[in-house]
Amino acid sequence: MSLDDFLKAAREFLPILLQGMGMTVLVTLCALVLATLLGVVWALMRTSGVRWLVWPAMAFTNTIRGIPILVQLFYIYFVLPELGLDLTAFQAGVIGLGIAYSAYMGEVFRSGILAVDPGTIEAAESLGMTRARVLSRVVLPQAVRIVLPPYGNNLIMLLKDSSQASVITVAEMSTQARLIAASTFKNQEVWTLVALLYLCLSIPLIFLVSRLEKRFGRR
Amino acid sequence: MIEVENLVKSFGAHRVLDGISLTVRQGQVVCVIGPSGSGKSTLLRCVNGLEGYEGGEVRVDGLRVDRTRPEIRAVRRRVSMVFQRFNLFPHRTALENVTEGPIFAAGEAREEAEAHARALLARVGLAGREGAYPSQLSGGQQQRVAIARALAMRPRAVLFDEPTSALDPELVGEVLSVMRDLAREGMTMAVVTHEMGFAREVADHVVFMDKGRVVEEGPPAELLTAPREPRTQDFLRRVLRPLD
Repeated sequence: MSLDDFLKAAREFLPILLQGMGMTVLVTLCALVLATLLGVVWALMRTSGVRWLVWPAMAFTNTIRGIPILVQLFYIYFVLPELGLDLTAFQAGVIGLGIAYSAYMGEVFRSGILAVDPGTIEAAESLGMTRARVLSRVVLPQAVRIVLPPYGNNLIMLLKDSSQASVITVAEMSTQARLIAASTFKNQEVWTLVALLYLCLSIPLIFLVSRLEKRFGRR
Repeated sequence: MIEVENLVKSFGAHRVLDGISLTVRQGQVVCVIGPSGSGKSTLLRCVNGLEGYEGGEVRVDGLRVDRTRPEIRAVRRRVSMVFQRFNLFPHRTALENVTEGPIFAAGEAREEAEAHARALLARVGLAGREGAYPSQLSGGQQQRVAIARALAMRPRAVLFDEPTSALDPELVGEVLSVMRDLAREGMTMAVVTHEMGFAREVADHVVFMDKGRVVEEGPPAELLTAPREPRTQDFLRRVLRPLD
């Protein structure tokens, strides 16, 4: 593949691939929101100390962590309709990735909450704060700082794993690439281009995470 | 002000407090001394409801201390606590550490809380350091912020749990002198400490605890210079002349 060929292919395929990239970003962001919200729920349940909250959260997250994302996506897209729940490919992709990553996010949040110095929690309690206030004023703000770097790492993984949604026909970047490559046989050009485009998304995130680590990692 | 009656508390099979009684009257400074593991800190933590207890009763201002009930928060606003390891909020400035309780536990207005906090920080010798984060302050400064934080609740009494034990020796004095000033102003204080000099000078009443019981108590002049019980004598000899 000469540089010339590559640039020519780039000019030709970039518009479609960028469309796919837009979808990749959209799927990633929607799944991130879902994973974050659910992850907070799992983490709060698991650190609540209440057995009937701890157990379901533990059972759910461990089940999810133990099943490949690919299988989860197939399940949501192909099995749920048989049970009467029809979802578009996009919805299924977001829900599948969101739920799968909520288990990882939950673990990250849980470790963040556990890493908060219990002395500061006691200090807040000794001031007469309610449990909700202790959580919102003392535990969560500290946990967020601890959690930001691993959270960022999970985000990078999620971005890359969003390509798995191609198996259920979500028209994200790698789906588009596969279609182009299959019809033009320009595998080298197409996949090089796709790899570069993923790097364009993930490298800035990687730098952001390492900056966050420097900023918050010291305490 | 603080009444502890026949308090019993265990951690598993280990009985940490074995029928302790203690009274701290309004304006009084009571120092609790004793070897580590004698239950001194646990006693203080029971008064503030940070620990529960199985037997006996703790009352503050006539209110029963029961950490399982929401009224515990009213008790906690009346008796503030200063911890051995300061336990400042690392993500908040000195000023914010002090205003946190008044604003978010007592519902005070921010302007009022901040004015009060500035005055308190000045009183503990930290005027000008309002914007510093705990990590930018020395241990002695951090503990003084913690004292200001405790006072910001306008408490009726302050509990000190070994407030100088985590400090470098040269920083102990600045914290003790703040505490002494506080005592002179008439604050009711219960202080768990190993600082015998402080107990002798500032305390109205000294309690010696060992193995979850009060072994001996009395005015500092008596207890610290002429203890009756052999265990008190032994402890004081070790503390005051460790090399003998």
